[in-house]
This record gives sequence, C-alpha cells and structure tokens, in this order.
Amino acid sequence: MAWSPRAGDLAVVDVAGLDALIMALADASYDVRGPVVRSGAIEPGPLGGVVDLPRGMRDEQAPGRYDLSDTAGGAFFDWSSSARSWKAELFPPEEELWRARQEPGGNVTFLSTPKASRREPLPLAILGLRPCDFAALGVTDRVFAGAAVPDPRYRRRRDTAFMAVVECGSPGGTCFCSSMGTGPGCEGTDAAPDLVLTEIASGTVADHRFLVRVVSDRGAEVMAAVPTRKATEADRSEREAILSRAAARMGRRLVTEGLPELLLANLDHERWSEVARRCLACGNCTSACPTCFCADVRDTTELSGQVVRRRRWASCFDREHSYLHGGAVRASTSSRYRQWMTHKLATWWDQFGQSGCVGCGRCITWCPVGIDITEEAAALRGAALPAGGGAA
Amino acid sequence: MKQDIADLISTHPLLAGLSVDLIGEVAGCAVNRVWHAGELLITEGEAADTLYLVRRGVVAIEVNAPASGPIVIETVGPGGVVGWSWMFPPYRWHFDARAAGAVGAIAIDAACLRDKADADPELGHRLTFRVAGVLLERLQMTRVRLLDLYGSSRAR
Amino acid sequence: MDPALYRVVANRRETSDVSSLTLAPLKAEMAVAPPRHGQFNMLTAFGVGEAAISVSRSSRLSGRDSGQGLHTAGAGSIVHTIRDVGAVTHALCVASAGSLVGVRGPFGQGWGAEDGDWLAEGDVVVVAGGIGLAPLRSVVDDLAGRSTDASGRLRGRLFVIAGAREQAQVIFADDLARWAALGAIVSVTVDVSTPGWTGHVGLVTAQIAPAGIDPGGARALVCGPEIMMRFTAAALEKLGMDPSRIFVSLERNMQCGLGWCGHCQLGPLILCRDGPIVAYGGAVTHLMRERER
Repeated sequence: MAWSPRAGDLAVVDVAGLDALIMALADASYDVRGPVVRSGAIEPGPLGGVVDLPRGMRDEQAPGRYDLSDTAGGAFFDWSSSARSWKAELFPPEEELWRARQEPGGNVTFLSTPKASRREPLPLAILGLRPCDFAALGVTDRVFAGAAVPDPRYRRRRDTAFMAVVECGSPGGTCFCSSMGTGPGCEGTDAAPDLVLTEIASGTVADHRFLVRVVSDRGAEVMAAVPTRKATEADRSEREAILSRAAARMGRRLVTEGLPELLLANLDHERWSEVARRCLACGNCTSACPTCFCADVRDTTELSGQVVRRRRWASCFDREHSYLHGGAVRASTSSRYRQWMTHKLATWWDQFGQSGCVGCGRCITWCPVGIDITEEAAALRGAALPAGGGAA
Repeated sequence: MKQDIADLISTHPLLAGLSVDLIGEVAGCAVNRVWHAGELLITEGEAADTLYLVRRGVVAIEVNAPASGPIVIETVGPGGVVGWSWMFPPYRWHFDARAAGAVGAIAIDAACLRDKADADPELGHRLTFRVAGVLLERLQMTRVRLLDLYGSSRAR
Repeated sequence: MDPALYRVVANRRETSDVSSLTLAPLKAEMAVAPPRHGQFNMLTAFGVGEAAISVSRSSRLSGRDSGQGLHTAGAGSIVHTIRDVGAVTHALCVASAGSLVGVRGPFGQGWGAEDGDWLAEGDVVVVAGGIGLAPLRSVVDDLAGRSTDASGRLRGRLFVIAGAREQAQVIFADDLARWAALGAIVSVTVDVSTPGWTGHVGLVTAQIAPAGIDPGGARALVCGPEIMMRFTAAALEKLGMDPSRIFVSLERNMQCGLGWCGHCQLGPLILCRDGPIVAYGGAVTHLMRERER
C-alpha cells in the first residue's frame, strides 16, 4: 500500500495530486473554494479542480492600482494576494439574524432561529488562502469566537471549515507580511490550518510539485485519497529558498517596534489632517481589510409585515458609525482615519492582545487615492512629536 | 465676641488658612447674622455694602420679573459666598439674595474691608485671589449650565 | 442572539420625555440573566429597532419593592428607564401595557456594588445628571436595603446628588424622598428654577463641596452627560478623592452588546464589553478629554 501522510508529516504531490486533493475535498462534502480569475482580478470563488486556479496569472499591486496579466507560465500561485480576502466566506457582508411576524394583536412570533434557519450549508474548504489571510482568520477568531459570548454563525462556519494555506513565493508591491510576522511562510500561528502547501514551479513541467505539510488529522484524512510521496531534504531546502526570496521581495515595510505607543502619543499630530485632505472616507480599506469586523445591526419591516434583523458590514469611515443621539462622535475625516489606523495598529492590542493588521496590503492597493498605511506610520515615526507634546 | 467671629471666619472656605493677623483684620469688619426664610439679604439696586459668607442654610440669588415674580438663578449653600458688587463702583446690587430657609452668615462691612485691603497690601492681595477663585468656579459652573446639558436631546 | 420576549407590565411616565417600562418575561425560561447594577440591556421595539437601555430596577436586584408594580410583575421582571431621543426610544417610551418588546442582555460591566459592603468602607457618593439616575437607582436601593440598622436607618453615609434641567424633569422623586427618609444625604439641584421649586439651583458640582464628604475612603458613582461627568469627576478629585475610586458610565453607539460590531469603541475600550462603567482614573481621564475618539 502507498505511503499516506499523517498529521505532522511533510508530503509532496504533483499537479495531478493537487487536482486529486481538490476532488478529495469535494468528496468529503466540502464546499470547496479557492482563488479564481473573475472580472480581471483574482478572487475567492468555487473550485472544481486545478483548471479553475489562476494558472500563469500575475498581479501587479501598487497604491491605488491592481493589474492582472497572463504570463503564460505554468505556476498556479505566482500572484501575491487575492483582490478580496476570505473574510466574506466566514463573515458575510450581509446576514439575516432573525425574522419575526408581528400580529395585529401585538403578538410576536419568531419565524426562524439561527439554529433552525434554512438547510445547513456545506462546510467550507478553502484551498489557496495566503498565510497573511490565514493569520487574519486568527484575528477575527479572537473577535467573534473569542468573545465572552461567541458569535455562533462565525464559529459554526469557522469550526467546520477546512483550510489549505498556500505559502507565498511572490509577494506584491503593497505586501508587508514579513513586517507583521504573518508570512510569507505559514509557520506557527494561533489557529492551525489543516494543510500548508508550497508550490515549487521553478523546474521542468514534470518537476512542478507542491510540498504539503499535513497539520491536522482532518488534513491527513483528506490526503489519504491523494497520491503522494515523502518530502526529501531537497524539497525542504527548496521551500526555504522560495520563502527567503519572497521575504526579501516585500513591496512595503512597517516598523512595528513601539508602534502602538508612537501612534497613541501622536493623536494630535498634524499628519492626521494631512491624510484627511486626501482620504475620501469611502471605506474601501475597511471592506478590503481581512480583519475589519465592524457591522451595523438594522431592523426593517418588510412589505409582508415581517420584521427582519440583519447585520451588515460597516465602516468606521462612515459618519454614522460613531452616532450618538445628537450627532457623530467622529465627525471629521481625520478623526475617522485616525480611529481606523490607531485601532488597527495600536488599540487592537488593548482590545484583543494582538495587532489588527496582518500586512496583506489590500488597504493600500484598493485605496482610490493610494493612501499607504506603512507610509503614514513611517511619517509619524519620522516626525513624531516629543513625548507629551501636541500639535500647535 | 470679635474672637468668636474670627473663629467663624477662619473656618469658612473663602478665608480658611489665612494668618491669624489677616483673619483678625477681617473680623474687625464682620458680624454674625441670621435671616428667616424669605428675608432678603440683598436687594437689587440698593447700595452694595456687604460681603456675606454663608455658614448655614441656603441663599437664593434671584431676579424679579414683572409677571412671573422672583426667578432663582442660583442657590448658594454653606461655605458659599454671596455679594460681589461692593468691589467695584457704583457699588449697587445687581440681583436679589433671599434666605431660602433660615440662614446664618457672616456679614462683612464692605467699606471697612476695602479700606483694610488698601492699607494692607497682603490682605488685599490674598483677598482678591480668594474672591477671584470663587468667582472662577461660579463662572465655570454657569458656563456648563449654559450648555443646557439635560435639556434638548440634541445637546449633549 | 435572539431577543427574549417580554411583556410590558406597566409604563410609567417619569417626565415629559422619560418613561419607565416594567417588563416581565413572557415565559420564565426565556428570561435573560438577572443584571448586575449598572449593566444594560438591548431593547427591541419590533419593527423599529434596538437600543441600549439602562436597567433602573430589577426584581432580583433590589432588596425592596417600592411601588413600581414589581410584586405583580413577578420574578424576573425588570424596569428600564428610557429617554425619548430617537425612533426606537420613542417607540419604547410609548409602548402600552400588554405589548411585547424584545430583551437581550445583560451586557457590560456594572458598578460592582454587589461585591462588598461599601457603606461600611467609606462614604458613597452618587452623582447623577438627568436620566443618569436610572442606572444608579438599583445601586442606591441595594446599598440602602443591605445597610440599615435595626431602626431602619442607613449605616454609613450615602450621598445622592441629582441634577436636572428643571423640577418637571426630575426623575424618581419618590425614590429620592424615600432614600432621604432612610438617612441618605440627598440633594437635588436644577439648572432652571420654576415657580414652586424651593430646592437648589445650580450645577451638581456646587453640591459636592458643601456636602461634607470624607474623601479618604470614599467611592463615587457618576452618571450623566459626558461633560457633566468630567466636571463632576474633577470636582471630586479636587475634594481629595482617589480618581480610581470615581466611577463613570460611558456611552457610545451600542449595537450588538457583545463586542462583535465595533461601534462602541473608545480608544482601547469596547464599551459594551469593558464598560459602560469604568474607573475615571488613569487612561479614562484622558480618553474623556480627547476629541473625536
């Protein structure tokens, strides 16, 4: 009988093996998703086999810019990060929380509770999320699953989801995961993925292969259906070379040392007003961010008379976000940018014991005016006010 | 009797902590008085000739309006001070001050106090700063009240 | 989290824009957990929306009933006091007896009064502005209920300083009178005097210095508009109180109550989780002064 890896083993599969892995996930009744090309961008989408993967595609990302081109190369993962993160798979942009009927006499009947709502969807399997995006799940895990009362919807999706991370050999122009300690490799993280893959596509077509680190028992079960061989020392060193080359090619850098203290000591810095002159308060950065978790909770009455409560992604760039009777607490754009950046890089530590930024760079890429969080942090560091000082 | 007045003055927040000599100077201008509920300590337009240090009871600072009668602007309780118009010409009261219940206060003759403050710069200096401190506090509280914090739900 | 259905047992109009709803669970097994003093619930006016509302009394909180109909409302009943400031609070304020509202909670950190014999440890100073008295009523009731001597008088000194715009806006006048009768030192002060008002006129801070508070072991619980709380805390500090023993109740946009939605952040705090009651000393002193945080 052929060798089959167990949790902790390092295996090697070829392209056919990767296809077999996708099939095995589907056979195990997962709703398999992965990076696919859609509308000129790499986006999360349904994955039926390797044929759906963005083979030969390369993205170019810069502040306010994203381009995708076909290099006709053979690699499946020769791009940096998907345009959208995987946040929406676990935390949908809009979600119904409950629905009730209010009868003329005033009685209220709940029509569905979250537990009984609709047919139980298939558990998710995500193949091809980057280490930064997997780290982002570790961040949203603390928010939703780590709360005193965990969010049951998020937790159900998260607990049942199968995660096959693909390490990053091709960081882009806005990437800074190595500054945040979240990539380009997927080493130890809070939450363990099921599989960690590394694509080795530098050699001949016949040599195109994937290193597969089996982390969980669930991962081992799926891998049992995939033809594999044991990894060799050569495979390992090739992975290390790929990752160290990637780490050296980060498009951006963020100095994190003392950063929370630096930001919080400079709340009155004039830089906030300067960035606000460019910021459109559009909220693209918060939508693109894999860890931004703000949501509005809104009730509506439908024409049927049914009352529906929905939760919908919200952005701290919206004036209404901080609404109190009387008005918005954060009325100016500068205060809203400051809230977003100081939350991400400073007060997230107070609230959740970690940084809210994983260095994926999407906020830079998708900002229509190209505001760059690493540049803003560097500017504050370079022109920090003396301790205790305030802008005149 | 003057010694008793000095004791009372030295325990009132306005002048507490001043030297025995300075307290003694002020005591020379002061008498202890009581008012019954409803009696006026001060009447608008009349000569402002007294500084009142409230010891007990509540004094209501009022203004009289044609149709609604007296409107209370502020109340001053034990430890408070009533009457500033004696400091500056033309030395006329701007408001009424009425005893809301039984009131005990030290009444300090203003002309006497002004003379002593002129004669003794240390007393004048300290008295001015103490009075300014109380005025500042009253001004700050008045400013906050102008916000109408509990009023319109549109104001916070 | 689905709201639990509660029936409005009584709607008592406190002032022109403040109402107290006595709510009882439709089914005992659906009842929310008993709140601690200072915690809040999210109330749903069905078809309108949800708002964070202070618990002003709960049958399992207070030692005694004081005529809010809690005996008839039964176990698990809760009184919420609501100011009509928007669509949801308006719908709640006008909810008639017998109608249904949704309740989620209780949320957040309370005053902590359950955890000790506060009146034995020092002076307790309660300062409330406007509807800020609502989340403090159950604390005062509880302290008064647990700390009376054989003759029914308070052991220890409890100061209650309540400010309101005018006499007609003073909430819980009967409670204030009852606490005074038990021996609490109660002062009510208004911003605007109206005919017939014979009490104090002025800011709540004017009542602090003359009250005779011993700042040494004192605790202060402050709730009201944020500006009022800042000035009150400053006045208490000036008196010599330890700012870490001054507690304030902070408010931001509350939507989920569970720390999931991000709206109620104030710097490092997620107020539905870390507040609404926080110690004024330290970081909070600065947070309350920072603009647009």
